[in-house]
Amino acid sequence: MKVVLQNLTKIFPSRSKKPGEEVVAVNDFTFEIPDGQLIGLLGPSGCGKSTTLYMISGLQEPTSGKIFFGDDDVTDLSPENRGVGLVFQNYALYPHMTVKQNILFPLQNLRGADRLTKEEMLERAYEAARLVQIDNLMDRKPSELSGGQQQRVAIARALVKMPRVLLLDEPLSNLDARLRLQTREEIRRIQKETKITTVFVTHDQEEAMSISDMIVVMKLGVVQQIGVPQNVYDDPSNLFVAKFLGTPPINVFEGHVKEGTLYLGGKMETEEVYEETKIPEVAEGEEAIPVTETKTRIVTTYEGGQPVLSVPGVADGPVTIGIRPEGFVVDPEGPMVCNLQNVEVMGRDVSVVSTHEASLNPTIRSIVDADSAIQLGAEHIRYSLKRHKVHLFDAETEERIYFEV
Amino acid sequence: MADYSTTQTPEAIEKKGFRRTLDDWYEKFNKFLIKIKFDKWKGWVYLAPCIILLLIFTGWPILNTLRMAFLEGYDTMLELGGEPFQFGIGNFTKVIQYRGFKDCLVNTMLLCVLTVPISTFLALLISVCLNAIGPLSRTLQTIYFLPYVTNSIAIGMVFAAMFNMVGTAFGGENELIVTAGIINNVIEFFGGTKINWINEGSSYWANIFVMVVYIVWNALPFKILILLGGLQSVNKQYYDAAKIDATPKWRVFTRITVPLLSPMIAYVVITGFIGGFKEYSSIVGIFGDDMGPTGDPRRLNTMVGFNYRFIAEEQGRASAAALILFAIIFVVTMINLYVSKKKTHF
Ligand SMILES: Nc1ncnc2c1ncn2[C@@H]1O[C@H](COP(=O)(O)OP(=O)(O)OP(=O)(O)O)[C@@H](O)[C@H]1O
Ligand SMILES: [Mg+2]
Repeated sequence: MKVVLQNLTKIFPSRSKKPGEEVVAVNDFTFEIPDGQLIGLLGPSGCGKSTTLYMISGLQEPTSGKIFFGDDDVTDLSPENRGVGLVFQNYALYPHMTVKQNILFPLQNLRGADRLTKEEMLERAYEAARLVQIDNLMDRKPSELSGGQQQRVAIARALVKMPRVLLLDEPLSNLDARLRLQTREEIRRIQKETKITTVFVTHDQEEAMSISDMIVVMKLGVVQQIGVPQNVYDDPSNLFVAKFLGTPPINVFEGHVKEGTLYLGGKMETEEVYEETKIPEVAEGEEAIPVTETKTRIVTTYEGGQPVLSVPGVADGPVTIGIRPEGFVVDPEGPMVCNLQNVEVMGRDVSVVSTHEASLNPTIRSIVDADSAIQLGAEHIRYSLKRHKVHLFDAETEERIYFEV
Repeated sequence: MADYSTTQTPEAIEKKGFRRTLDDWYEKFNKFLIKIKFDKWKGWVYLAPCIILLLIFTGWPILNTLRMAFLEGYDTMLELGGEPFQFGIGNFTKVIQYRGFKDCLVNTMLLCVLTVPISTFLALLISVCLNAIGPLSRTLQTIYFLPYVTNSIAIGMVFAAMFNMVGTAFGGENELIVTAGIINNVIEFFGGTKINWINEGSSYWANIFVMVVYIVWNALPFKILILLGGLQSVNKQYYDAAKIDATPKWRVFTRITVPLLSPMIAYVVITGFIGGFKEYSSIVGIFGDDMGPTGDPRRLNTMVGFNYRFIAEEQGRASAAALILFAIIFVVTMINLYVSKKKTHF
């Protein structure tokens, strides 16, 4: 079942009825989720992930836009009739029912032709339970389960009625790091086995990247980029996406391009004195006498800096530069000179912490080969850069500036 | 404090002396407190005023009731006159042998068994509805709460006016009715025949019906208050989950709302039974001191009403009757607790 979102918008009206105070939780979201895929909905807190999910489930009504399941327009369908499975952020297991009763509950709600016999229901419930490996816990109450087990019960409850679409709202956020890793593998496996179209909400980029067929990155209700995780990582469409994906995060620098060469830094701010002449407002009939004031302003110019890369075809001007940690190559002759701070050996790789005056972060973190000839204790470390790991962004709009790799 | 030595005005010196005595006293007092291990006792010390009052006005009367109940033919006046009483259970056997006792017990039980389930169920429905509507719910909550803050005798009189027929010779040939009461007016408006609810010649079941309506109405606000509070603390997400699971409305009510509210429901039922066994003033409110329609006084007498009749003359028997009532309430509450422990979910 493919799911189509068409110009989906959700506006929460302001409490005080003042315009401008309303919240645009989701803004013009258009996307076609292919059948049987797992989509990771990714973004910082408050960017509208849950709202999107609730609109797909029917619990919240879109302000405008349409939702299709397959070819059916379900925009005005109530959640009861949509046939979705939803795993809530805190599971929302019915606390007074046992695991078995929780899983059976959606089946017992079926009426008419869909109604199963008692035996069939039990069989389906156990099937779902086996899928998430909780068939040995069927007689416990939710309060007697660990967080991970509760989460699996919630998934079983969502799966048991064979939903057309499975929605998961940050299902792993309550789990510890190890369990999170394990359960996300499990979700991936279950999704592969059942082939149910799934939307998975998370604010953990690593989680989204590792299990999704496609990820959608959102910011303040606006979709920033949609694509296969690796492509989005390798080819971010703006600075926000570049910063949001990847651990350790991308290193950001200020710099500029001049005659096809990328310079790190070189930003100069000078104070300029100028004169401003104003004609004051006067009453009719009077003569306006122009007033001249002397003012100062900051003028930013780009001059010099450290040339690090040739970027033919890019227009001159200020840019923001993002370099992935793995984009650095230790090279005694390299063009980029950093102040070495710290070297952390992590087995196969070496993580180098250094600083650079053009860096917008306090430190630069690079991941380099363990065989790299790093002079421990040296004051400087020199790098050359891998072209495809360097991304340029417009300093103002933060949109990506492409250059030939 | 170093400043003291440099700027010593006479007042400052005097203050200092005063301060010093105060500090000395304080220190002595502290030492005393430590000596008597005040820390260990202070909880009790703070509670003492309350406990003493409780002991005087609740503890002692209870003990005295126990004592009086087991002294044959007890009477305060005679006791003051120095007469000794024998220990025995005569008061209890006498109470049970009273002609009215069984009727009182039956009336009380009947009212309890009828009103508690009805009022609980209605309160549940009303609070679910109140919880569901957004606007107006505050206003309606206030309206539903009114009976709670209104004097029950006053309400009784209003109810009497609703059911009372004013006139003479009901059912007789020269029947003269000034008003048949609001309820009968409504019944007649819809083409029914009027019913003699509470007047002379009314039937027992008509009386009971009026009492049930009245007691249920009177009991609703407290129950609604408790249940609404419970409902408002139920996580909304269970209802979202139920919606996703395509749960029919009635099933949401029986399978989710009621179980999640079960502790509150149990509380409301238990206190309802306890209150029901003490039913008295409601009957006085409608039927007056006679506790029954004209011509059949004490027809609707209850356990508490039964007790009140003895207090002046037969203190020993009144005490015994009070203990019997206590025992009944105790047993019923235990049964309630036992059942609710099996049925509630937390
Ligand atoms: N019922 C509501 N009324 C008004 N504003 C709301 C409502 N629900 C959500 N919002 C607002 O909409 C925006 C998006 O909320 P949403 O819950 O979708 O965020 P989210 O991406 O799921 O965040 P998180 O990761 O913290 O769960 C937020 O700014 C939030 O304050
Ligand atoms: Mg959320």
